[in-house]
Amino acid sequence: MSGPAEKAPRWTLWLPLALFVGFAALVMIGLVHPASQDVPSQMVGKPLPQFVLPAGVPDRPALTSHDFVDGKPRLLNIFASWCIPCGVEAPVLGALAARGAEIDGIAIRDHPADLAGFLAQHGNPFTRLGADDVSAVQLAIGSSGVPETFVIDGHGIIRYQHIGEIRAEEVPFMLGKLAEAAR
Amino acid sequence: MLAALMLAAPVLAPVLAPALADDTMPAAPYAYRQLPDPAQEARAQALMETLRCLVCQSQSIADSDAAIAGDMRSIVRQRIAAGESPEAIRAWLVARYGAYVSYAPTLSGLTWPLFAAPLGLLAAAALLLRRRFGWGIRA
Repeated sequence: MSGPAEKAPRWTLWLPLALFVGFAALVMIGLVHPASQDVPSQMVGKPLPQFVLPAGVPDRPALTSHDFVDGKPRLLNIFASWCIPCGVEAPVLGALAARGAEIDGIAIRDHPADLAGFLAQHGNPFTRLGADDVSAVQLAIGSSGVPETFVIDGHGIIRYQHIGEIRAEEVPFMLGKLAEAAR
Repeated sequence: MLAALMLAAPVLAPVLAPALADDTMPAAPYAYRQLPDPAQEARAQALMETLRCLVCQSQSIADSDAAIAGDMRSIVRQRIAAGESPEAIRAWLVARYGAYVSYAPTLSGLTWPLFAAPLGLLAAAALLLRRRFGWGIRA
């Protein structure tokens, strides 16, 4: 008379505890290293989608995708006056422009008066500035928030996406990405 | 579920606040307006319920009042009205944001365990039950 319960090896006694410890370890890893909430664009490495945007401010030209195929790599900054980190980023964009980076901007869902006020307060580092009132270009290039900055090479190919504000210490890194795109 | 959400609301509010920092611009044309053709609107609605709002974590664009979700609804409705198929629109978004944007799981190299695991668990359960109760063994 030997039931299946008697046949189970002794080590199986520890199985539930092992499962629990494994589960607890997974939870701890998740707590200590939370998953990134960034949504990377799948458009990196692909051509910039075709678009035509009206000018965001009277003293800068409007922005179209054709402006990106003149052979010169540039930064495309997606921002908005209502976005608080964008105000933090503004002086850093100024520093990038001062060091020779050409920056085009797209203002997302921005009221012209708010946008003008934002640029008056924080400076205007943009060569061209388009107004995207319905996030159409933002969605077309796979950007999910503001601010984001794309490196576009001289052939209009998206080479890099920076999610969140560019911090002062990241200026050399972004200049390096621009130089990489120039090769 | 609703009670749990209401309990969680004060805790979540500060976390969600930056994502909801919002603009003063009017909503996109079809963010809150349905398509005149009920069949098209039904197709758009079904698709919107399976597309993720990118800034609100685990809400569909049909459920979210975030500005970008409204802009996505407008794009979905305009493309449906232009005759595009829901799956083509989903593919357009997946090409931009990855599978993350879609709530409809597809079978891929990364997701096959999701489909295989229930089958594996059922097979293991059948095996265990068979050993425990000896079905088919006694004869």
